[in-house]
Parts: sequence; C-alpha cells; structure tokens
Amino acid sequence: MHRHGRRPSHHVHVEQSDMRRVVLVGNPNSGKSVFFNALTGMYVDVSNFPGTTVEITQARIGDNLFIDTPGVYGISAFNDEERVTRDVALTADVIVNVVNAAHLERDLFLTLQCIDMGIPMVVAVNMLDEAVEGGLKIDLELLSHLLGVPVVGTVAVKKQGFAELNEAMKRPRPGTIGEYVSDDLNRLLDRLGTKGEALLYLEDDEDVALRHGLTVPGSRERIYLARRERVNDLVHHVVSEQTKGARFSTILGRMMVKPLTGIPMLLATLWAMYYVIGVFIAQTVVEITEEVVMQGMYEPAVEGFVTRFISAESVLGTLLVGEFGVLTMTVTYVFGLLLPLVIGFYLLLSILEDSGYLPRIAALLDRAFTSIGLNGRAVIPMILGFGCVTMATITTRLLGTSRERFIAIALLAITIPCSAQLGVIVGLIAPLGWQNIAIYMSTIVGVFLAIGWILNKVMPGKSSDLLIDLPPLRLPRAQNVLKKTGSKSYMFIVEAAPLFALGALIISLLQLSGALTAIQSAFAPLTVGWLKLPREAATAFIMGIVRRDFGAAGLASMDLTAAQTVVSMVTITLFVPCIATILVMFKERSWKEALGLWLSAFAVAFFVGGLVAQVII
Amino acid sequence: MTLSDLKRGDVALIQCITNDVVRAQAIRFGISEGSEITVEEVLRAGPVIVQRGNMHYAIGRNLANEISVVYPLGDARNA
Repeated sequence: MHRHGRRPSHHVHVEQSDMRRVVLVGNPNSGKSVFFNALTGMYVDVSNFPGTTVEITQARIGDNLFIDTPGVYGISAFNDEERVTRDVALTADVIVNVVNAAHLERDLFLTLQCIDMGIPMVVAVNMLDEAVEGGLKIDLELLSHLLGVPVVGTVAVKKQGFAELNEAMKRPRPGTIGEYVSDDLNRLLDRLGTKGEALLYLEDDEDVALRHGLTVPGSRERIYLARRERVNDLVHHVVSEQTKGARFSTILGRMMVKPLTGIPMLLATLWAMYYVIGVFIAQTVVEITEEVVMQGMYEPAVEGFVTRFISAESVLGTLLVGEFGVLTMTVTYVFGLLLPLVIGFYLLLSILEDSGYLPRIAALLDRAFTSIGLNGRAVIPMILGFGCVTMATITTRLLGTSRERFIAIALLAITIPCSAQLGVIVGLIAPLGWQNIAIYMSTIVGVFLAIGWILNKVMPGKSSDLLIDLPPLRLPRAQNVLKKTGSKSYMFIVEAAPLFALGALIISLLQLSGALTAIQSAFAPLTVGWLKLPREAATAFIMGIVRRDFGAAGLASMDLTAAQTVVSMVTITLFVPCIATILVMFKERSWKEALGLWLSAFAVAFFVGGLVAQVII
Repeated sequence: MTLSDLKRGDVALIQCITNDVVRAQAIRFGISEGSEITVEEVLRAGPVIVQRGNMHYAIGRNLANEISVVYPLGDARNA
C-alpha cells in the first residue's frame, strides 16, 4: 500500500543529492500553489479549498529542486496529506513557508512547527493586499525578528515580492526554536538524527516513533498548547487591526451556510451550472462542434484521405474509419462531444473553487452527509467527482478515517457521473421533459443515499466530525480560472483519448470477428428482456467498461424512446467506473476493494436500471 | 453547557474538548481550551459556525455536543 509508511526516499529522492531541496509548505488557502508556479515557471493547481494538490509536484531550477506539498494545518499524521507533507519536509534543506496574511493566527502554528524542526526557512506572508484592504497592519520586520527567520511580504497572484523572496532564499536561517521544546530536542538529537525527527517523535507521531523503535512519549498536547500560546503572543505583537463593519462578503458568506438562504443559493448555483453545461454547451455548442465540424467536415475528409490508400471495407479500414473507427468515431467523441462539455464544467468548477464557496456548501450539507457516514467535507470529493471521478477518488485522502474514504470512494465509483458523461446525459435527458428528468434524478439520488446509508450501518467504526475553516469569500481571478480550466481539460484529453482509442479498437475487433453479435445475443435477456432496450445497447455497455462517458456517447447515437433513454442513462450512470478510476482505487485501497466495487457497480446498475424499466416501459 | 447549546452572537470560553485528535486539531486552529469564541451561526441540527479572530470555523454538531464551554462570561465581560 502506498499510503502508509511512505518513506521519503521512495518518492522524492529522484534527483541527485547535491541539489538543494527547497520544500514549499503552507496551509490550505495560503496561495502556496501560485508560489510554486511563480518560482519555477510551472503551473500547478490554484485553489481555495483544502485538498487539491495532493500529488507532489517538483521542478528543478538551477541548483534548487523545488518540491510542493499538500496544504496542511500542521505536520503530523492526522491524514494522508499530512503524512506526505511530513515525509517531504523531513528531507528539506530549506523550507519556504507560505502564510496567509489575513490568517496569521491560524497559519503561524505550522510556521512555528517548521521552525521547531530546526530546518532553515524563509517565510512569505502572502495576500498582503487583501489583509491591508481588510484593515490589518502587519509588522513584518518584528515578525522576522521574533521568528528568527527572513520574512517577506508577497502578493503571489500579482507577482509582488518575488524579487525579495528570491533574495531571502539565498540566506535562509533556522529560526528560534520554542523554549517549550528546545531542551528535549537537543537531548534527543543523537538518538534520532535530526531535530525534525526528534520533534515529530515528541509530538507523538507514531510512524516516526516506530522508525526509531520507540513508543510515543505522550507530550503532544503540552507542546501544541505552548506553541499555540507563542502564536497568539506573536500575533498580538505583530498584527494591529482597525475595526471595520461587516463587509458584504461576510454577510454573503453567512447567507451561504444558513439553510433558509443557503439552500436556494445552492439550487440556483446548480441550476446555472446545468443551464450552461446541459443547455448551452450540450445542445448549442455541441451541435456545431460535433455535427457541423466533426461529422460534417472532419470525418468525410479523413475518410476520403484514408480510402485513397486502403479500402474502407478492409480490416484496417474498418479499424481506422469504420463505424467505431479510431480516426473517426473516437476523434469525434473526444473533441466534438466531450471536450466542450469538459471545458465548460471545469470553468464553472474553477470559479466555485476559487471563490471559497465549497467549504460553505460543506457546512450547509454537513447534516445530510452525517446520515450516510460522512461529514460535510466529503462534499469536496463529491463535487470534484462530477468533474472527474478518478481525480476525486484521490482527493478522498482529505477525509478523516478509512471508513469515510471507503464510503466516499464507493459512492463516487457507483453513483457520480463525471463531467463528460454528465454532459452527454444532460444533453439527452434535458429535451425529454421534467417528468423524465425527475425520474432520472430521483433514481440516482435514491441509490446514492441508499448505498451511503447501508454502508454507514454495515461498516464498523465511527466517522469523524466536521471541523473545517471557512476562508473568506473572494472574487475568483480570471487568469487563475482560465489556467486551471486549460490544464484540467488538457489532462482530460491526455487521459481519455488513448482509452477511447483502445475501446474503439476492441469494439471494432469484436465486430469484425462476429463476437459483437454473439455478445449482443448472449446479453439479450439482460438488455432486451430486463432493461427493455434494443440488443445493440450491449455494445454501448462494452464501451462503458472502458469509460462510462464513452458508453453514454454510444447510447446517444442509438434510436431510443424517451423511456428507454431514461433507463439507459440510469444504467450507464450507475455502471462500472472507468479503467483509470479502477487503477486509482487499486492503488489507494486494495485490489479486493477495487474488484468488489467494480462488481457491485455492475450489479447495482443492471438491477436498478431494470427496476426503472419494469415501472416506466 | 456545550457549544451546541449556544446561540448566535454568544461569546463563550472553550472549556474542554474530550477527543484527543480533535483537541490537537482544534489547537492548531486556535480553538484551545480557555480560548474565547463568538458563535456566528447555529445551523439547525447542523454545524455550529464559530468565529475566532479573523477566522471562521464550522464544527459538526456531534463534535459541538462534546465541547463544553463557559457561558455566560463574567458580568464584567458581558457589560
């Protein structure tokens, strides 16, 4: 399992040891990701909620190896992200700690923890402009003096303060270690090798204790409280605040979490998303990109070109430009149908993420989520799941317990359609009238709740409770939103296109060998008898094994009645997760769970789809 | 008295957080035993939103039930 006992040497020691390892550490929402981008010239995810940079990103610039870490509130072992950050930080030559100027009270806890680890540091007080606007005055010079490390004020998105930061990074210093821990660290230094290891041991980190054959000393609370006191004292000296009235964003933020106003706001947001993706893109835009551009211009052109050299009826001709051709159908689906939907979805999701709305949705829906064994935090992977279930499965790491992770992964794998699939589904169902939309939605929501409720009853243990911070609302910056949309859409193409091509090849080969007809006949009792769909629907489900959106697209091209469309969309939504998701589940959990979930999805999809068919067809 | 008994606008001192892990996480947020918080909002059967300094935190209801608080604060503070 790659989640536990992940030693630093496994995944970050890929570069030569003579490089200076510069590790970026910061709280969620500190703007750390923009830093990595600005320091290295590479783009990484920029978000306003915990959990998006779970993967470690690194870049080599000159003699420095820059390593990004997940945003965390402290370095310990409370979740997988903290473990990753801990292991990377322990190997650092220099830590660049990014703190949010508006939340020094929260962020300096991590800063002091890094200082107590004895590693040379530079602190960047970021988003200084927002803090000043909010009426805060921060004495950076005094902060630097009290911490004992260089402190630089920055506005990362405007690239302000980076010249000073680069200068400061030439002379990082180990800071003033807290009196509450310094003697113990010196005492343990010989035994444990570094102050970092010694500190984590003193803070009851079980993994670190185990590495050194020790048991935890039980001193975490004493250290944490003393450090908290030092933070409060620092803030008291360094920050002066001018009183200000409630700002509009504060009032808006409050309205977002109160059910009376928050639920209508959430519904309005979802409706707007539906309108943009399901109506505008899925119908107006796709009509142009798929029918006019791809089927009207691209496909005839590529067919004409290929058939100059080989016959369209030959084996190779069928594979390339046949009904399921790699050069025709695959390209049309990926670029004409799915890409516009995916771009639209990520654009909206990026705006939501950067605005700070998501944690408020988490608070609003916390109560509902507790009944399915999750807490409000699970909203984040669930919403991300509507973008890409694979990515969302990785994000479940931010959940507190293994139990919650399993429930969240099961719900994602079985009930959440990804953006590409959702786009196709919305495009097909939207014109069928509200009754059909209602049948589809209530079925999927019903299955979601039923699975969550059952797992919550059946699984042993207890889920963790909600404890999150609500960052201030802010207007997303267009540049960030566009960059993020661009990089995620690009990732979609890179990931999906090869799988689609593979799926198309498999289908073509099955068709050529006659196996497709045999499979269709074999599955006829299921597809025709139980689901009441045409027998060709089996082809779409085979495509769906590769990727569900591919299967949905296959169903889109079939001639179905309104009721059959609803049944087929329910079935394909609940159908097995795509190959990429399975691989991630396999890595994050175990092959048993991955296989179990795959088979469950298969069974649930046909069972529920059939039930709906028996009722409405 | 626990955190979930408070109403919007109440100012209270955190007295005791029973769960070890939660207590450690809360200290990181600045909500340690003895710290003063203002209740920003109490969602019906849902989380309690508290304010401390410039930060707002959402605390799940079950957790809020386990956090005992000192309220009301002394007359001098309420005045």
